[in-house]
Amino acid sequence: MTDEEIVLAIKDIIATIAPDEELEGLTLEERLRDQIDLDSMDFLDIVMELRKLYGVQVPEEDYKELASLQSTVEYLRPHLAEKTLHCAAPQA
Amino acid sequence: MSGLAAGIRLAQFDCPVTLLERHSLWGGLNSFYKLRGRKYDVGLHALTNYVPRGTRGAPLTKALRQLRLRHADLELGEQSFSEIAFPDLALRFSNDFEELRAGVHAAFPECGDAFDRLTEEVRAYDLETVPDALDSTRARLERDLRDPRLVDCLMLPLCYYGSAREDDLDWYQFCVLFQSIFLEGFARPKDGIRNLLKVLVERFKSLGGELRMRTGVSRILTENGRTTGVELDDGSVLRTERVLSSAGYTESMELCGRPVTREEAGGRRLTFFESIFSLDRKAAELGHEATIVFFNTTDRFEYRSPATDIDPRSGVIATPDNYANSPTDGEGCLRVTALASWDRWTSKPEEEYVAAKAAANEALLPAVTSIAGDFREHVLDTDSFTPRTIHHYTGHLGGSVYGCTEKRLDGRTPVDGLYVIGTDQGYLGVVGALVSGIGMANQHVLAAGPLATGTQV
Repeated sequence: MTDEEIVLAIKDIIATIAPDEELEGLTLEERLRDQIDLDSMDFLDIVMELRKLYGVQVPEEDYKELASLQSTVEYLRPHLAEKTLHCAAPQA
Repeated sequence: MSGLAAGIRLAQFDCPVTLLERHSLWGGLNSFYKLRGRKYDVGLHALTNYVPRGTRGAPLTKALRQLRLRHADLELGEQSFSEIAFPDLALRFSNDFEELRAGVHAAFPECGDAFDRLTEEVRAYDLETVPDALDSTRARLERDLRDPRLVDCLMLPLCYYGSAREDDLDWYQFCVLFQSIFLEGFARPKDGIRNLLKVLVERFKSLGGELRMRTGVSRILTENGRTTGVELDDGSVLRTERVLSSAGYTESMELCGRPVTREEAGGRRLTFFESIFSLDRKAAELGHEATIVFFNTTDRFEYRSPATDIDPRSGVIATPDNYANSPTDGEGCLRVTALASWDRWTSKPEEEYVAAKAAANEALLPAVTSIAGDFREHVLDTDSFTPRTIHHYTGHLGGSVYGCTEKRLDGRTPVDGLYVIGTDQGYLGVVGALVSGIGMANQHVLAAGPLATGTQV
């Protein structure tokens, strides 16, 4: 996956777990929590989806690496290099 | 309800999960039934914790998010307004908190500032932190608000909609209820609890969860203080490392063969009598427009298990037709709830039981008709349930609706791998049940790592 695809993958996961949130216009640098309403339970979901969809294990001490889209891309880049992008869940 | 929420969370992440329900209908304390051609809800007067779509940080928003449901999926209709009615005093409240605040300032000018400070304190209370001691809210309110009549006004709806303690509730519970009833508000899923449950059951099944109806658990199996499985009523055994139980704390410990002591079980349990009156027209056509009325016919409010069958001095009148999404024509419905005595309803010989229901209704009607109008000639059918009915369908000891007095906020029990969810964990109402199931599934199963075997709820 390219960096752009990783961003798509993350946005797709967020769209699945937070269907009422508006995801247009999310910036790369700003903390995700400051842009949309995400709490620790939501981050658990992001991590669980990453494991389910791409087989990536994010240990609890690394959750902080998922603060912004940019930091998430950097953290996931080595784990996702060989993986292909696919949609998180069938849309309801 | 809490079991369905927990089940959805687990199934969502491919954790093998089996949901066991003793009855033929799902929902537990929030279920439904059909009688003589009419559809009824069991528990639902109101979905408390109502907030509009996208309200940040609110329990409803969090629960929907975790279950991956849209706000619109629940098809919620808001209340018209509700009322706290004492003999010479009425306070109106709605989903706009300002209405209650203005009413308190007008009726209790001396207490206005203290009420505003109390509101700020509740808003600032962090529900995520687990309190270590249970304290008396009544004593605290009487100290801060000073006017005992205002304290009674606030206690009346909060006790009826969630206190397991007589004449009081602990501070944590008070903050949860004040938020869910006054700061947030009331709504009702379109057509009642059925559709909400249908949405949850369909989601659970579509994720691959297994739902077994008419399947009771006769024992929770343990070995060296650890959960190893459950034995079903038919004698078969399901092996699992983790069980989330919505049967209640005391009830679950008994299923483990470890009965709890009287002290551990807490004080006497509160239970209720309710009558549902089907009317030939809407209550609004008879002039009754409030959604919920909490009434008290004497000067002071007492919330205790009565010595008589029921205590007709206080109660709740719920009018499901007065939510915004209810049809304005067709038959109407009023639900009337009052405190009841477990001992008296369960010791009655069968031939007295039906007559006692009629007598309880007669005792309640004067107060109810003085508030909701005289609807007696419009009654098409009356169905009443008693503590005995509640016990029959939920298995909760003492016919209790709000569980035991000592909540287990972290869900843990003395048995490893066994956790309580639902009312005895400490959350209340429909949204509370969802939050409870979600939170416990997250904390004790999903965050705890992969499982070798299934999880039963």
